[in-house]
Amino acid sequence: MPTMTLAKAINAGLRDALAADEMVLLMGEDIGSLGGVYRVTEGLKAEFGEDRVVDSPLAESGIVGTSIGLSLRGYRPVDEIQFDGFVFPAFNQITTQLAKLHARSAGRLTVPVTIRIPYGGGIGSVEHHSESPEALFAHTAGLRIITPSNPHDGYWMTRRAIESDDPVIVFEPKRRYWLKGEVDTTDPGASTDPFRAHVVREGTDATVVAYGPLVPVALAAAEAATEDGHSVEVIDLRSLSPIDFDTITASVEKTGRLVVAHEAPTFGGLGGEIASRVSERAFLSLEAPVIRVGGFHMPYPVAKIEGQYLPDIDRILEALDRAFAY
Amino acid sequence: MAGHLPTTEFDDIPDELLDELESLSHERTEGHVNMVQLLDEEGRFHNGSHFSEHARSLSGEELRGLYREMAMIRRFDVEATALQRQGQLALWVPMRGQEAAQIGSGRATQPQDYIFPTYREHGVALTRGVELGELLRIFRGVSNGGWDPTETNFHLYTLVLAAQVPHAVGYAMALQRDAARAAAGGRDAGEPGAVVAYFGDGASSEGDVHESMVFAASFKAPVVFFCQNNQWAISVPAQVQSRIPLHNRAKGYGFPGLRVDGNDVLAVRAVTEWALERARSGKGPVLIEAYTYRQGAHTTADDPTKYRLSEEEQEWLAKDPVTRFEKFLRAEGHADDAFFADVAAEGDALAAKSRKDVLAFEPPNLAEAMGNVYAEWHPLVAEELAWHLEYESGFKDAEEANTSEGGH
Repeated sequence: MPTMTLAKAINAGLRDALAADEMVLLMGEDIGSLGGVYRVTEGLKAEFGEDRVVDSPLAESGIVGTSIGLSLRGYRPVDEIQFDGFVFPAFNQITTQLAKLHARSAGRLTVPVTIRIPYGGGIGSVEHHSESPEALFAHTAGLRIITPSNPHDGYWMTRRAIESDDPVIVFEPKRRYWLKGEVDTTDPGASTDPFRAHVVREGTDATVVAYGPLVPVALAAAEAATEDGHSVEVIDLRSLSPIDFDTITASVEKTGRLVVAHEAPTFGGLGGEIASRVSERAFLSLEAPVIRVGGFHMPYPVAKIEGQYLPDIDRILEALDRAFAY
Repeated sequence: MAGHLPTTEFDDIPDELLDELESLSHERTEGHVNMVQLLDEEGRFHNGSHFSEHARSLSGEELRGLYREMAMIRRFDVEATALQRQGQLALWVPMRGQEAAQIGSGRATQPQDYIFPTYREHGVALTRGVELGELLRIFRGVSNGGWDPTETNFHLYTLVLAAQVPHAVGYAMALQRDAARAAAGGRDAGEPGAVVAYFGDGASSEGDVHESMVFAASFKAPVVFFCQNNQWAISVPAQVQSRIPLHNRAKGYGFPGLRVDGNDVLAVRAVTEWALERARSGKGPVLIEAYTYRQGAHTTADDPTKYRLSEEEQEWLAKDPVTRFEKFLRAEGHADDAFFADVAAEGDALAAKSRKDVLAFEPPNLAEAMGNVYAEWHPLVAEELAWHLEYESGFKDAEEANTSEGGH
């Protein structure tokens, strides 16, 4: 099984999707000769030509809007939005058009558009390059939202997103693009369903739910918690819409405690949704309130202080301490 | 398929495009702006322009067909407005005054072309064979669409202004790819198609129109931007949207734009056919500004007396597209009283049928709507649907209990 970075795994997923189905095409800013600002599409224009790896004009609404038109004719466009903070010019097309066309056509039309968005902080970048806007999209019915935390998922989530007849947004954790891992491109194994959560570390005393860039952080926190004698289970959420509440509930029924961690601000974030659902489904199993770890209610801070904003191992351990205090 | 699509390198000198545009002769100047017009306000036909030959090639049957459809859609529009006033529709979007712009452009399309309307293109829908009663489902509150766009290549109405315009460009890019794939595979690509993107003077200010024109120009997409300038975006006059005639904007993107008298069905048809043929043959987009007038309100929720003068309305009534064309048909001997009486009766029948259709619409079903949110199974929708059905079934039990009690 080859070992590759997350960026290379997604690149391989895109290449294999282009090779498997002539209706697949990529569109985005600088994705051709440059291979994208993160080189995720590197080499694909040379291999598949400029008609299938399209360097688009610099216009996000145009990228998503024209992709909708292409999909209405049977194509499967895969759009790259250059950075999380630049998706908003396309917000109208994504939420009022892409998300709703299947419903408003009473199921007659499908718009299988995939939108890839590098997201999250921790790379010391400038304004609008470190955000986590996933809740804004998860709130919109009609979209599916997934986020890989490792290269194997990066490959298979890319393939599954493109195969889906629903519009799928893939939030790619940009600070993990260089994370290496084994990728089996012939057998998805447990990654076959991108909409299921994975228990990535078993434990008995508390559960930490994390996704995307925070999965390695949550795993490190769980490891650190063993020093205090706590056995912490870690769930990689993987899918943000739908959310696999069954896997979370089963874990909480076992552990009795839940911490949810994401880089996005906690207010109105997915952690709140998870806390609410778990309290409805597993209230009597809970030994403590569900505790959220996330960004503050402020614009993403400047790079020199992002370390104080981003949830890290200590922030997750502090949340676990609060949960264990009950 | 490489090499079959137009490259994004400039293979046209923009000056040539401008020369092409200038070579089109213009018969009429409206407010110091050239405008393609074949029929003047009195219905007199003017020969000698680039487009008059095309119009002259239409048979009497085709000419009468254009009138018939304009009259039919006007009658339908009156009926729909009445249905709203009578409380049977929540809202109606009248198109009175824009019959020539819509029937002329719609009749210029071929079956393989694809049309992206706004929410006012009832006349275009008629030319595409959409069952007109289906248009009323949206306004009755029973559907967000009602018709199957794949049957008529007439897309669903889009209420978010200009959002459908990039869809049109993307669809045109798909047609390019279809043709290239067919050529690469040695298959017959069929008749080449093109796309029409409708929008209005108000929506022309939306960023999506700009982005669409950039994409269409860069990829030479086979799309015709058809802007009905009906002078008013609800209460705001067109001059607030643009300080120059809208068709001039095309120059900035590098493709031809022209203004046509939107109340002259022959000119609209000729110009749109030219633009579509140009697009189908791989020469890229055209912007047509159909200069017309919304004789009625923006929607039935609107009151034009608050923002425009009746003097202006009267001026435009004198340019009415339907009466103008009737004068032409009579003067040229293409139609007589019997024809016009037949059309009027046919319009009344259409109106009666549409009214009947509206009143017979089945009420919508929430469970069915929930089932259409996603194309593939979705656990949250499934969970909420199950809850909804169980909750509603509780009321059903209560209703049944009440009914049986009432039997005593």
